[in-house]
Amino acid sequence: MARRLLSSLGQFLATLLVATALIFVMLRVMPGDPAVVALGINATPEALAQWRAEYGTDQSLALQYLQWMGGLVRGDFGTSYVTSQDLSPLIVDRVQVTLILVGLSMLLALLVAVPLGMLAAIRHQHPSGVVLSGISQVGVAVPNFLVGVLLVAVFAVHLGWFPSGGWVAPADDPVEFARRLVLPVIALGSVQAAIITRYVRSAVLEIMREDFLRTARAKGLTKGAALVRHGLRNAGVPVVTIVGVQLAAMLIGSVVIERVFVIPGLGSLLVDSVGNRDLLAVQAIVAVLVLLVILINFLVDLAYTVLDPRLRKAA
Amino acid sequence: MNARTSRRALATTAAAAAAVLALSACSAGSSSGGSDTPSDAIVIGLTGEPVNLDFTTTSGAAIPQVVMNNVYEGLVTIDQEGELQPQLAESWEVSEDGTVYDFALHDEVTFSDGEDFTAADAVFSIERVQSDAWLNGTKSKMDVVASAEAVSDTELRVTLSRPSNAWLFDMGTYVGAMFSETGVDDLATTPIGTGPYTVESFVSGDRITLAGRDDYWGEEPDITDVTLRYFADAVASTNALRSGDIDMVYNMQAPDLMGQFESDDAFQVIEGTSNGEILLSMNNRVAPFDDVRVRQAVMYAIDRQAVIDAAWAGYGTEIGAMVPPTDPYYEDLTDMYPYDPEKARELLAEAGAEDLSITFDVPTRPYATAVSEIVVSQLAEVGIDASIQSSEFPAVWLDKVFTQADYQMSVILAVEARDVLATFNNPDYYIGYDNSKIADQVIAADSGTPEEYVSGMQEVVRTISEDAASDVLFLFPNLVVADADLDGIAANAVTESLILSGLTWSD
Repeated sequence: MARRLLSSLGQFLATLLVATALIFVMLRVMPGDPAVVALGINATPEALAQWRAEYGTDQSLALQYLQWMGGLVRGDFGTSYVTSQDLSPLIVDRVQVTLILVGLSMLLALLVAVPLGMLAAIRHQHPSGVVLSGISQVGVAVPNFLVGVLLVAVFAVHLGWFPSGGWVAPADDPVEFARRLVLPVIALGSVQAAIITRYVRSAVLEIMREDFLRTARAKGLTKGAALVRHGLRNAGVPVVTIVGVQLAAMLIGSVVIERVFVIPGLGSLLVDSVGNRDLLAVQAIVAVLVLLVILINFLVDLAYTVLDPRLRKAA
Repeated sequence: MNARTSRRALATTAAAAAAVLALSACSAGSSSGGSDTPSDAIVIGLTGEPVNLDFTTTSGAAIPQVVMNNVYEGLVTIDQEGELQPQLAESWEVSEDGTVYDFALHDEVTFSDGEDFTAADAVFSIERVQSDAWLNGTKSKMDVVASAEAVSDTELRVTLSRPSNAWLFDMGTYVGAMFSETGVDDLATTPIGTGPYTVESFVSGDRITLAGRDDYWGEEPDITDVTLRYFADAVASTNALRSGDIDMVYNMQAPDLMGQFESDDAFQVIEGTSNGEILLSMNNRVAPFDDVRVRQAVMYAIDRQAVIDAAWAGYGTEIGAMVPPTDPYYEDLTDMYPYDPEKARELLAEAGAEDLSITFDVPTRPYATAVSEIVVSQLAEVGIDASIQSSEFPAVWLDKVFTQADYQMSVILAVEARDVLATFNNPDYYIGYDNSKIADQVIAADSGTPEEYVSGMQEVVRTISEDAASDVLFLFPNLVVADADLDGIAANAVTESLILSGLTWSD
């Protein structure tokens, strides 16, 4: 366990170093001077110079990078170019929003996908299984923003059951928080559900051909009971893998849903920060994303060892 | 490994997952209010969020839109018709030679931090614009001030280095905002002014809330609880309006969506005017637009009404020059270059510029992309092949087009008030117009009597148009859609600010 942690930590640091160095250089090669963006069309050369000196963008790249890494080590993301505020509270706030949105969407996706996928597999020769499989295939093809726009049109604008968007902190008003999350979570979760349904179906189909399941059925268990008792755990490994991959993709991919529903998440902050050339904010977000993705991979690894004892020795 | 280790691993996974959820559970994000709006509250939808609230160090029209006239006030203000009106100054007198302004200030005005507003604060505010504390380039509008002095608490004397008709008007914009000497420590998030509202919260990416002051010196506004919500997407803002989440969309950026509201009695649709001109800019310093005939050909080649119809659903007004009708020296110049492709072709032939190929830098803004397509097709009619090059706005456009003037043709919404001189009376500006013909005339007009100012400026603007320095396609409308029960909407965006204090709900 300790060794696994240590190697994960090493992997984290290496990835972080490469990712931040890359993003650091790319951001500065990109056209657009943060000072000009901040001060706009009326800025005088003196004002621009003063701004650059204040935020240190006139120093050498190597020095800027070292200073930034130094801050990062102390847990300090630095000061935003555009708001002049400390970045850490802003990013912590936005990360929470995105984690709630993505976490709940994935939970919804799993609650839908696991039973449906199993059903589609068990009944793969029946018309109902084929229909389920077809629906999930269509679901994979539909972009989630389209689902979001349709949901808003029907349930917010036409029926008025839910707000069309916006965000309320759970501490401020738990009921309103939940009401505003319903549509975005369905929009983000339903497409994921379709994707995962297909993985669950194919994983279960595979398992159903295995000898141990035939043995279980020979002992007198029904198809369903045999699957639940002996098959699920085995089908879990590929499903956990895809859940991990999808979670990582959703952290940023949810930006589309955040835009449709006006949710102040991490993805929106990233897009705005790139537009404003708030380079330190972009770097901080990338660092946080690297951390989250590695955390997800770590959890996926852990889940493997729970699901399949044979994988523990290999690790 | 036995069953116990496996359970422990399971427990670890669960704990880790729980930790992630717990981290998220506390105070993620923050609220955005407004379902059933009470009579003293309003939720307004806007585009383009300010990055902070400090216009002294940050550019962008979104900042004064929120704070001017609401949080900050000036000695004077500009009303909905574009006329100058007294605000913190009760009255003023101008010396015979037009260089000394004596202002009588309102008594018993307080800042939102409790401090009294006196002439000393006015001196402080004016001198602050001239100091290094102001980075925003509009500070040059205060260059003409030689000195400011507090004669008494309510008497302010400002001496100009030369007479200027423009200066007092500029004092009605954010350059003339009055600050408290003790209230400039945190302008980015805690602006302190004499206005009817204070900023209560600023949640980036979501909303700003303003609260009415109960110690405001003037008439207290009916609506004391204002929430401004920012939408990156125009469709999202109209959805929010339709579902009752917000009460008004101000400065709507998707005219195609207006139709659904015009036919609905629950809403009112207002087309206000603005100071924003859609400017088809031509780089006067580089070929082919260094030739006045080529520029004039472009003017004749473009059917402006067709551009308005195609790009902005018919909303917008032809104005012919970079002067909106609310400015004192407005003159209708729309007939100077009627749509005449034949004439355009002749001028191009005369200039030896048939079969031109140019690059058209289009900033990534809805109006710009909408305008660019129709402009390109109209230019093609007269033999100018314009290829669109998309420029990320603001970062890339500001860098490439604006700062380096590395472009041939571009299009931009110029939103500043009275910006015709800033745009054309500076050869180093990205337009690169040779201002030698107008420079002296400009100074003479600004220093003259009000009548001389108007006639002089009209002369200047006519010269700029004759030289076809750039093509003003149309005056950008300020489109407002609101709940039908909302009264007192200041729909004319003739200054930078969205004036909130007049808003009220009818029953």
